[in-house]
Amino acid sequence: MLTIQDLGIVRDVRVISEKEVEVIITPTYSGCPAMNTISMNIKFELLAHGFEQVIVTEILSPAWTTDWMRESGKQKLKAYGITPPQYNTASNPRESKAVIPCPVCNSTHTKLLSQFGSTACKALYKCNDCLEPFDYFKCH
Amino acid sequence: MKTSLLQYILHLADNSFIHGHRLSEWCGHGPELEVDMALSNIALDNIGAARSFYQYAAELEGNGKTEDSYPYLRDVRAFRNVLLLELPKGNFAETIARSFFFDAYQQLFYKALMSSSDKQLAAIAEKSLKEITYHLRFSSEWVIRLGDGTDESKQKMQEAILKYWDYTGELFSASEIELDMQNNKIAPDIASLKPSWEKIVSDTLEEATLSYPLRADGAWFQSGGKKGLHTEHLGFILTEVQYLQKSYPGCGIDINDLLLIA
Repeated sequence: MLTIQDLGIVRDVRVISEKEVEVIITPTYSGCPAMNTISMNIKFELLAHGFEQVIVTEILSPAWTTDWMRESGKQKLKAYGITPPQYNTASNPRESKAVIPCPVCNSTHTKLLSQFGSTACKALYKCNDCLEPFDYFKCH
Repeated sequence: MKTSLLQYILHLADNSFIHGHRLSEWCGHGPELEVDMALSNIALDNIGAARSFYQYAAELEGNGKTEDSYPYLRDVRAFRNVLLLELPKGNFAETIARSFFFDAYQQLFYKALMSSSDKQLAAIAEKSLKEITYHLRFSSEWVIRLGDGTDESKQKMQEAILKYWDYTGELFSASEIELDMQNNKIAPDIASLKPSWEKIVSDTLEEATLSYPLRADGAWFQSGGKKGLHTEHLGFILTEVQYLQKSYPGCGIDINDLLLIA
């Protein structure tokens, strides 16, 4: 299962006492509709584990980057059919000369169809070899 | 100072909110599927940024205000978005022209706002700047594609550039609130962003083989939005946006209520 830690969304967890905990998360994109669900699920999960006071704090700075994604998370994305970010944004901020491999057949013979995919964090590609259309998780 | 800051935050929020709403009108109506998805995504980014600003405003104002209080419960004259963003979405070239003018402005503006002495505004700017980069790439590429396209697409793109040009001056003309915020190192000097913006616009129009609207220095521009003096179009947006809250006041589900039910 892909976790919010795999994605680098959890920035910190502070156990204040046996009953009280604070989880600090950062949104991937400003308009990501999953953020409310994510913070609700964190609350549910921790309440179910015996905490009585669960605080979920959202921070915007430093802004989330795909560089925080764990290797395990990238592999899970690929297994699901989404090509994970291919570059470190710090070393290649413009994603120049990006070669985006197909998550199904690994061919690098792919074509960008749209810079915006099914969600803000992804772009839409097509594999010219196996013809599979796929999402690419953009470096951000 | 606190009142000015609140008004300033609401101005930024309203800009993102109204722009996001206009773009969302393309959802299901884009000229092609990819454009439809792109415009919907960009709309979402803008509404996301607006939420961050509205949440901050609510925190600052207190008095039981929430992020929903501002978009849903204020009337036309309380909105402080620039006029450019509230005009009807028009045809595709017109949406692209308007987005391009605003995206180019937002990129420069957020870069400057990152140095704000207000940490929360700087954080929202840092977050949004990454997204704006995609928006500007999208809108400027379409200006070029339509401008350097067929005779018809070129004509429509050129007309759209001219149509919205008179509304771009307001972006760089600081209101009293903005000047106050600028003096407090909270807001950047927006007038100083204009030469860089003109450079982005003229470079893109040149590549698009379109004419740059030549205007005499000191030419007249449309304005009023920053003072709450809007075109008739904003009222129609709010009628749609606020319908549910006006018909069923206070309806809505809070995450914390859901937790209580569970």
